[in-house]
Amino acid sequence: MTGFLAALGRPVLAVLAAFGRVALYAVQTLASLVRPPFYTREFLAALLHVGWLSLPVVGLTAIFTGGALALQIYAGGQRFNAEAVVPQIVAIGMVRELGPVLVGLMIAARVTSSIAAEIATMKVTEQIDALVTLSTNPLKYLTVPRVLAGTLTVPLLVAVGDIIGIMGGFLVATGQLGFNKATYIQNTLDFLESADVVSSLIKGAVFGCIATLIGCYHGMASGRGAMGVGQATKTAVAAASILILAANFLLTSVMFGS
Amino acid sequence: MIALSHVTKAFGPKQVLTGVDLVVPKGQSMVVIGGSGTGKSVLLKCILGLVQPDQGLITLDGQDVRTAEREAFLARFGMLFQGGALFDSLRVWENVAFRLLRGPLKRPKAEARAIAVEKLRRVGLTPETADLFPAELSGGMQKRVGLARAIAAQPEIIFFDEPTTGLDPIMAGVINDLIREIVTEMGATAITITHDMSSVRAIADRVAMLHDGVIQWTGPVAEMDNAPDPYLQQFIHGRAEGPIAAIR
Ligand SMILES: Nc1ncnc2c1ncn2[C@@H]1O[C@H](COP(=O)(O)OP(=O)(O)O)[C@@H](O)[C@H]1O
Ligand SMILES: [Mg+2]
Repeated sequence: MTGFLAALGRPVLAVLAAFGRVALYAVQTLASLVRPPFYTREFLAALLHVGWLSLPVVGLTAIFTGGALALQIYAGGQRFNAEAVVPQIVAIGMVRELGPVLVGLMIAARVTSSIAAEIATMKVTEQIDALVTLSTNPLKYLTVPRVLAGTLTVPLLVAVGDIIGIMGGFLVATGQLGFNKATYIQNTLDFLESADVVSSLIKGAVFGCIATLIGCYHGMASGRGAMGVGQATKTAVAAASILILAANFLLTSVMFGS
Repeated sequence: MIALSHVTKAFGPKQVLTGVDLVVPKGQSMVVIGGSGTGKSVLLKCILGLVQPDQGLITLDGQDVRTAEREAFLARFGMLFQGGALFDSLRVWENVAFRLLRGPLKRPKAEARAIAVEKLRRVGLTPETADLFPAELSGGMQKRVGLARAIAAQPEIIFFDEPTTGLDPIMAGVINDLIREIVTEMGATAITITHDMSSVRAIADRVAMLHDGVIQWTGPVAEMDNAPDPYLQQFIHGRAEGPIAAIR
């Protein structure tokens, strides 16, 4: 019995300890953010990499999802003679849930992985040590610019994803399901509330922060050699994805639960 | 003056340093020799605080390095890493001028670049290499860029981790002369790690041999050849037979 409890307890403790370390890392990052120096060039590079260059991936994901959503809602709605709700449900589904979650997961795939691999490689090749000896704090030079860029640009990506997702639904609904274009747009706009949009952006900011922070953390914590880099990248993407989904559930319960 | 007293370091079950005592006087060139994997690089990293020693005391000019103000402490050092450790997202000249482009030593960009090109010339690299990325260079060239970066901000204390491995004999000679020059002209304190006995003779004021986690022998380079220590003799003559096992 004690053996069983110990076997159960060990992974739980390990997860809690990992949470503690990530939380500590987040606090240190925040503390570094408010103290100079601030590396503007690294920040601009991160904006480009995290934000701008993620647009194609986000756009493609959103448009196909919006289109598929319209088809499903139409098919499901028909059973209750409620197929007319397509514009409203596509809008709310994209903006409240699918937009932020899909963008978050795509960012975890694209950005978390590349940050983790890059920083882990720097660790393995002693570039992080070199930074320290050149009187540069790696937290300020590497982590702060990336996390800030993620927190600021992912909400914008989510907004773009929301719009393109609704567009995807619109294209399928008007092109294939016989909806009137003007009415579709009118219904969408009438139905969406500003709280929906705000919740979408908040989720985007949180997910952007998680994706970049976790990438940096696992990169810095990388083991030695090429295997260490691979391991760090894999763990970072898995951890970021799960944390994003868990945070999404939490945020949805807080913002829409009552 | 750098002084280490009874410094130990283990990674997991593996004891790397078991009690290192070493004094490096100011303005002198100390060369550390020893078989590969004996912990020479770890020793330098302990001094810089990149690796935390388990026990023992390390002082710089009498002050415990752990209590020193980190920024000011590191500003006194330059380090050439064994693998070069160049930032591969930055161009060669930006690597060399890293300290001169940001932080307290910041200079105008053109001036920083000019200094970088001059340092590159001193390590035998043409101005054309300045605009390349590290990945476009050979291993030996990367090493020399790392060397240029280590000396760019004219630090008082410089660590060279295997500066001549991977270089052709002529270039190795150039680098040996450069290190000697930096110590003599700039009055810098240097610790150099090398396996190359001709480097030892060219660079060293004093020599220390690390073996089995301790400094096995240390003394002026002139006394090295006549020292009775069998470990030292086996190492400097590169004999397979002797107290140092070939399989480690
Ligand atoms: N960060 C580390 N984690 C675990 N082991 C390490 C680490 N750094 C060095 N070692 C081990 O310490 C020993 C000494 O390494 P090192 O100082 O690089 O040797 P060398 O004398 O060739 O420079 C090696 O066995 C190496 O595997
Ligand atoms: Mg070494």
